[in-house]
Amino acid sequence: MSPSLLIAVLLVLSSMAYWLGRSRAFALSKKAGSVRLHSRPGYHGILVALWCAIPAFIIFCCWHFFSGNLLISYAMQSVTEARGELSPSEMNLAINDLRNLLSGSVFHREIDPALQLAADRYTGMRQIANVALAVVVLSSAILGSIWAYSRINPGLRARNKVEKAVEISLTLCSTIAVFTTLGIVLSVIFESIRFFQQVPFFDFLFGLKWSPQMAMRPDQMGTGSFGAIPVLAGTFLISAIAMSIAVPFGLLSAIHLSEYSGPNFRKVVKPMLEILAGVPTVVYGFFAALVVAPTIRGLGAGIGLSVASESALAAGLVMGVMIIPFVSSLSDDIINAVPQSLRDGSYALGATQSETIKNVVIPAALPGIVGSILLAVSRAIGETMIVVMAAGLAANLTLNPLQAVTTVTVQIVTLLVGDQEFDTPKTLAAFALGLLLFVVTLALNVIALYVVRKYREEYE
Amino acid sequence: MSTLETTASLQKGFAVPRENIGSRVQKKSRKIDRENRETVGLQFVDDPRMTCRAVNVFYGEKHAIKNVSIDIGKNEVLAMIGPSGCGKSTFLRCLNRMNDTIVGCRVTGEIRLDDLDIYEKNIDVVPLRAQVGMVFQKPNPFPKSIYDNVAYGPKIHGLAHSRSELADIVEDSLRRAGLWNEVNDRLDQPGTGLSGGQQQRLCIARAIAVRPEIILMDEPCSALDPIATATVEDLISELRQHYTIVIVTHNMQQAARVSQRTAYFHLGDLVEVGHTSRIFTNPAHQLTEDYITGRFG
Repeated sequence: MSPSLLIAVLLVLSSMAYWLGRSRAFALSKKAGSVRLHSRPGYHGILVALWCAIPAFIIFCCWHFFSGNLLISYAMQSVTEARGELSPSEMNLAINDLRNLLSGSVFHREIDPALQLAADRYTGMRQIANVALAVVVLSSAILGSIWAYSRINPGLRARNKVEKAVEISLTLCSTIAVFTTLGIVLSVIFESIRFFQQVPFFDFLFGLKWSPQMAMRPDQMGTGSFGAIPVLAGTFLISAIAMSIAVPFGLLSAIHLSEYSGPNFRKVVKPMLEILAGVPTVVYGFFAALVVAPTIRGLGAGIGLSVASESALAAGLVMGVMIIPFVSSLSDDIINAVPQSLRDGSYALGATQSETIKNVVIPAALPGIVGSILLAVSRAIGETMIVVMAAGLAANLTLNPLQAVTTVTVQIVTLLVGDQEFDTPKTLAAFALGLLLFVVTLALNVIALYVVRKYREEYE
Repeated sequence: MSTLETTASLQKGFAVPRENIGSRVQKKSRKIDRENRETVGLQFVDDPRMTCRAVNVFYGEKHAIKNVSIDIGKNEVLAMIGPSGCGKSTFLRCLNRMNDTIVGCRVTGEIRLDDLDIYEKNIDVVPLRAQVGMVFQKPNPFPKSIYDNVAYGPKIHGLAHSRSELADIVEDSLRRAGLWNEVNDRLDQPGTGLSGGQQQRLCIARAIAVRPEIILMDEPCSALDPIATATVEDLISELRQHYTIVIVTHNMQQAARVSQRTAYFHLGDLVEVGHTSRIFTNPAHQLTEDYITGRFG
């Protein structure tokens, strides 16, 4: 029985269990007369269905998690019988061969008879195991439902149990994000540790030169230099340019939308601003590379400045436009959420509209506005595509926005694209850069949180 | 103000139950019929601060205030009572053009402050609102410190020329609102951290700090407990020495305690205006009597 069919049968069984449990509870409530059911019949039904589905599903998942390795090691016994004991690396090789054989991706090679035997054993065992799994899962489902069904009585607190189950599933969902974050951070940290075993930590953190080329053969000269400062400086330069566009334009358009514009204007303009956020970044990228960068270059040439054909300014400007909607749309929502009573209070004192906005509305909305700006900053720091296309790959350490710079994210991409070995510092540097970026954005978030908490003006 | 006075004014208010007023009234005279919506009573006074003539207010299609004419006298407290949705708050908000912020609101007729038509085309609402202050139903202190809440108005109007002058205005306003003794050691704390009654007095202090001539109060005590209410009522009586006050209230005892004249609104009509003592003992209109005897509203 194939796994998908098994799941389908399980679903049918549990819905049957639901109906059975529910009708039994109904019958009980009719028959018992004076005795009231503690929980409504639906809850009894759900409880039976849960008992039917969950244990069976857990068995199913466990099997699929562990069965692969179990079966392989079982099959490999025939190989070890034929060849005697194998060293771990030989074992790995043989296991790989076996997997290839099983997936049918071996075409023009002599097949080792021992391996062929192992493959046959594997397939045979697999079939038996699938049948066994189906039997175990279905019997667990049926036993579970029978047990739950037999326990239905008016005093059974089915509702509380179902609610508990719902609560547990909610908790599981909410912790998934936490565990994912933790997993990502840990994997990045472990790879970074490997990197720092080969490149000194302080050389990475304070080095002023970034050229991650490694000698491929012993006769080639030198190792690369892994100073993160130029890359980090490029990230900050481009983000700063982008924010100096996005914050004023975004904030002022939010103020206009929420305080000055009429409802009709707002109805049209706000969705259009949000479309800006929906344009794929690669489209912004070629807009920056093909339109903005040449224009800036032409303008620069006109006033006698030498502008690189790929410049931080071009990438930053376009990125700034891209993140305007993050600032404007969120800030607009937040400014709208400031209670009208505060505005009325200010107007009633004879304040003008601009005084009211400056002195009452913006301070009250400040935490949210800072939040939206933070979101925009993390967007700017993490943005890759525009920078790849418009700002170049040269790791110049410069504050001049007219030169080509590169950013952390772009370097991560170039380090990991193509055929790579995962034990050279060149590739591992990507993880170290990732960790650095993570720490920097985390620090920014913490600082911003602190600032917001210190200066927040709470209403209500 | 002492606790003794507070309790006294409370007891005074509750000493005359509604039923008694009603039964006494019914014996006296025939009432004007319920269908008659002409305003009866003392609409006009000799020395008015504000005069309203044939005021109509529309919210879109809805006719919220119908042809209301009334005077507001110098240094008097005018109470406006009536069932919910009868337009008293709307009318109050007309007096300093706070209705301007409501989309779809249209005002016709004439409202004059002294000799100034406040709905004239080229009038600037900013000085008008500085002259006609307002206190709202729900205390709405700004999310700033107590000091900044009071200093806000004087700052934007440039009333103080130095820091010490500003501090004097703040202290004076807080004193007059009866709040100084409670907050003088924590002026830098947020105004939103005060209790409801203190917040409302802070809002009154904030309104006084701009030195208005008229103060509009939209149910200023509806969110307060009886003790805080009594404090605010005493404050109103105090303020009457210097200001003209228009107060909207749902609490008829409150109207009886603080006001000299009372206006009764019914579904957008100004039904009756008169001396407070007469409105609550011998109203001329049947609708007024229905309301004050608790038959509806």
